[in-house]
Amino acid sequence: MRVWIFIPGDSGAVSVGADEVAAQVVELAKASDKKIELKRTGSRGLYWLEPLVEVETPEGRVAYGPVKPEDAGSVFSAMLAGDTGHPLCLGLVEDIDFLKKQNRVMFARVGTIDPLDLHDYQAHGGLEGLKKALATKPADIVEAVADSGLRGRGGAGFPAGIKWRTVAAQEATQKYICCNADEGDSGTFADRMLMEGDPFLLLEGMTIAGLAVGAVQGLIYVRSEYPAATKTLKMAIDIMRDAGWLGEKVGGSRHAFDITVRRGAGSYVCGEESAMLESLEGKRGEVRAKPPIPAISGLFGQPTLVHNVLTLASVPIIVAKGADAYQALGTGRSRGTQAFQLAGNIKQGGLVEVAFGLTIRNLIEDFGDGTASGKPFKCAQLGGPLGAYVNEDMLDTPMDYEALAEAGAMLGHGGVVVFDDGVDMAEMARFAFEFCAIESCGKCTPCRIGSVRGRELMEKVIAGEDRQASIALIKDLCEVMEEGSMCAMGGLTPLPVKSAMKLFPQDFGIAPDETKKGGKNVVAQGT
Amino acid sequence: MKKPVSTSSSQTKRAQILRICQRYDNLASALIEVLHDVQEAYGFISEATQREIAGALNITRAEVHGVISFYDDFRTEGAPGTVVRICRGEACQSMGAQGLLAATTNAVKDRARISVEAVYCLGNCALAPAATLNGKLHGRLKGPRLSSLIDEVTK
Ligand SMILES: Cc1cc2nc3c(=O)[nH]c(=O)nc-3n(C[C@H](O)[C@H](O)[C@H](O)COP(=O)(O)O)c2cc1C
Ligand code: SF4
Ligand code: FES
Repeated sequence: MRVWIFIPGDSGAVSVGADEVAAQVVELAKASDKKIELKRTGSRGLYWLEPLVEVETPEGRVAYGPVKPEDAGSVFSAMLAGDTGHPLCLGLVEDIDFLKKQNRVMFARVGTIDPLDLHDYQAHGGLEGLKKALATKPADIVEAVADSGLRGRGGAGFPAGIKWRTVAAQEATQKYICCNADEGDSGTFADRMLMEGDPFLLLEGMTIAGLAVGAVQGLIYVRSEYPAATKTLKMAIDIMRDAGWLGEKVGGSRHAFDITVRRGAGSYVCGEESAMLESLEGKRGEVRAKPPIPAISGLFGQPTLVHNVLTLASVPIIVAKGADAYQALGTGRSRGTQAFQLAGNIKQGGLVEVAFGLTIRNLIEDFGDGTASGKPFKCAQLGGPLGAYVNEDMLDTPMDYEALAEAGAMLGHGGVVVFDDGVDMAEMARFAFEFCAIESCGKCTPCRIGSVRGRELMEKVIAGEDRQASIALIKDLCEVMEEGSMCAMGGLTPLPVKSAMKLFPQDFGIAPDETKKGGKNVVAQGT
Repeated sequence: MKKPVSTSSSQTKRAQILRICQRYDNLASALIEVLHDVQEAYGFISEATQREIAGALNITRAEVHGVISFYDDFRTEGAPGTVVRICRGEACQSMGAQGLLAATTNAVKDRARISVEAVYCLGNCALAPAATLNGKLHGRLKGPRLSSLIDEVTK
C-alpha cells in the first residue's frame, strides 16, 4: 500500500525548516518497508503551524504541526501507524477551525496539489475557465468580468470591468497584460503564496484576459525578494507552453498568447503601476504623470491591462463558474472573496480567504486568536505601510472597501499587521516618514523632501523638542503631501501618521484635544 | 577614446557579459534582468562591465548607471562574504525587528566580511521577524536564533 505524505515547499514554510523535515522524511522512507510518496505542495497558509505535514488517510488528510526537524522521526512513525494521539497531531486538516471557517476560492488548490503538476491542476478544476473562454466571444468575457463586480486587489479597488472595456476598445497593433507581483506591502504574502502554490491559476487568468482584450503578450513583474516564486512561474510557463496552452495556438485555437517573467530590483515604488511599467521597460522606476492611463497608453506606449496577481487569479473562477456565482459572494460593492493576511504580533498568523463581510475583530480575534506575545492588543495597521492604524474601538468595522473608507482606513492588498501594547506610535509615525523617504521615486517635491522633513520633525517630537510647533508643522506637511504628491506613495504616507496621532496622542506627548488644533498659517519648510 | 587593456580573463568576462545580454536578445528593456544575471555571476557590476552592457544593449552608460543607482539590489563594489538582510517592515517591527537589527549589527561590528543590511518586507510577515542569510530566507527569528545561524554559515 502506498502512503502519501505532503510537505509544503512554500518559502515561508521552508524559512522555518520544511526542507529539513522533508529531507528526513525521504531518509526515513528509504528505511521503511512501506512505499512512501512525498509530495511538496504550497502552504495552506496556517503559518503558525508550519512546517505543517499531512498524510493521506481513508478519512482525509491528517495534519501534524508545527513539525521541527527533530520531531520528524516521531511524526513519521505516528503517520505510518495512524496514531492520532501524537502531541503534534491536529486531526483532519479540513477540520482545523482556522481553515474550516474560510471560503477558499482563489486558494482552493493552494497547499493541496503539486504546484507544477498540470494534471493535478486539471483534476481539480484547472483550465475550465480558459476552455470556456476559448468558446466565448471576447466581449462577453469582458462583460462577465464587469458583471461579477470584481475590483482590483492591488490596493486601489478599481472595478476591473471598466479597465477591461477600456483596453478592449483601443485600436492598437500591440496590447499587453501586465501582472503586478511586486507585493511590497508589509503584512502581505498572498501573491507569493499563490504564485508558489498554484502558478497555473495566474497564468490561466492572464491568458483569459489576453483573449478578452485582444493582447498576445503578458508580463509578470515579480519582486526580487521572491526568487522561489520567479522560478516556479518560469517552470509553470514552460509546462503550459509544452502542453499547448500558451504560444501560437492557445489550446489549439487561432489565438496566440505568451507570458514572460521579469524581476524587480528592491524598489517599493515599483509596485505603483506606472513605475512598474517604467521598470518593465528597463528604466528607473519613476512614476509617470497621469493621464494617460495605462489602459490607453501603458507599456511601450501601448494599451496595457495592469492587474494584481489576485485580481487575475479570480478571473478563471469567474469565467468557469459564472459572474453570478462570484457576485453572490460578498457585501455591498465589495463582491467575491478577499484574501486577508494576518501578520505581525498575532498568535495565528496566516491567510484567511473569505467572502467580504467580516469585521476587523473577526479576523484578529476569531481567526488570529489575539497577540502572539499574549500582551494586550494596541492597534493594527491595515493595508500596508501607507494604510491607517486602527485601535480597539474600531474593531467592529467591517473589512470591506466602503466601510473602511468611511472609518478613514483602507483595505489595500488585505494585510492586517497587529501590534501589542509595547509599540510606541510616535516611533511608527517617524518610521512612516522614513520609509517614504527611502522609497520615494523622487519625482515630486512634497514626497521627496516632505518625507525627510516629516522624519526630522517626528525625531524632534520624540526627543520632546518644540513639541507643539513640530506637531503643527507635521499636520501642515501632511496636507501638502496629500494634496501635492503625484502618487499614493507621498499622498498616503500621512494616513498612518495622522491615524497614529489621532488614536494615540499620549504617545506623542500631547493631550487628545491638541491633535485637533490646526496650524494652517504655518508654512511647511522645504515644500 | 582609450581602449581598455584586455587580458585574457577580461576577454572571457566580456564574452560572458555579451552572452548574458544575448540571453535577452540584447533588448534594452531587459536591462534589469541583465544586471541581476551579471551580479549573480560576478558579485557586483563594475564600471567596465557597465560599459559592456551599455554597448550590447545600445543604450548610454548614463542610462545603465541611472538604473543601477535607482535600485537597491545592485552593487558597484564587491560584497563581503556573508550578507544578512534583516526585515524592518512593520510586521517584523511588531515582533522586535528593530532590536534584532541593532543587536545583530552590534554583534558583528568587529567581524570582517559580514554585512548587516535593512530590508523592507520579505513576504514572510506571518513568521516575523524575518531575515535572509546569504539569500536564504529565515523566519521566527526571535531570540538568539539569527546569531547562531550566522555563526553556522561563517564558521
Ligand atoms: C507606492 C505604491 C505601491 C504599490 N504596490 C503595489 C503592489 O505591490 N502590487 C499591486 O498589485 N499593486 C500595487 N500598487 C497599486 C498599483 O498602482 C495598481 O493600482 C494595481 O497594480 C492595479 O491592479 P488591480 O486593479 O488589480 O488592483 C501600488 C501603488 C502605489 C502607489
Ligand atoms: S509621490 Fe513620491 S513616489 Fe509618488 S511620484 Fe511623487 S516622488 Fe514619486
Ligand atoms: S514585514 Fe518583514 S517579512 Fe513582511
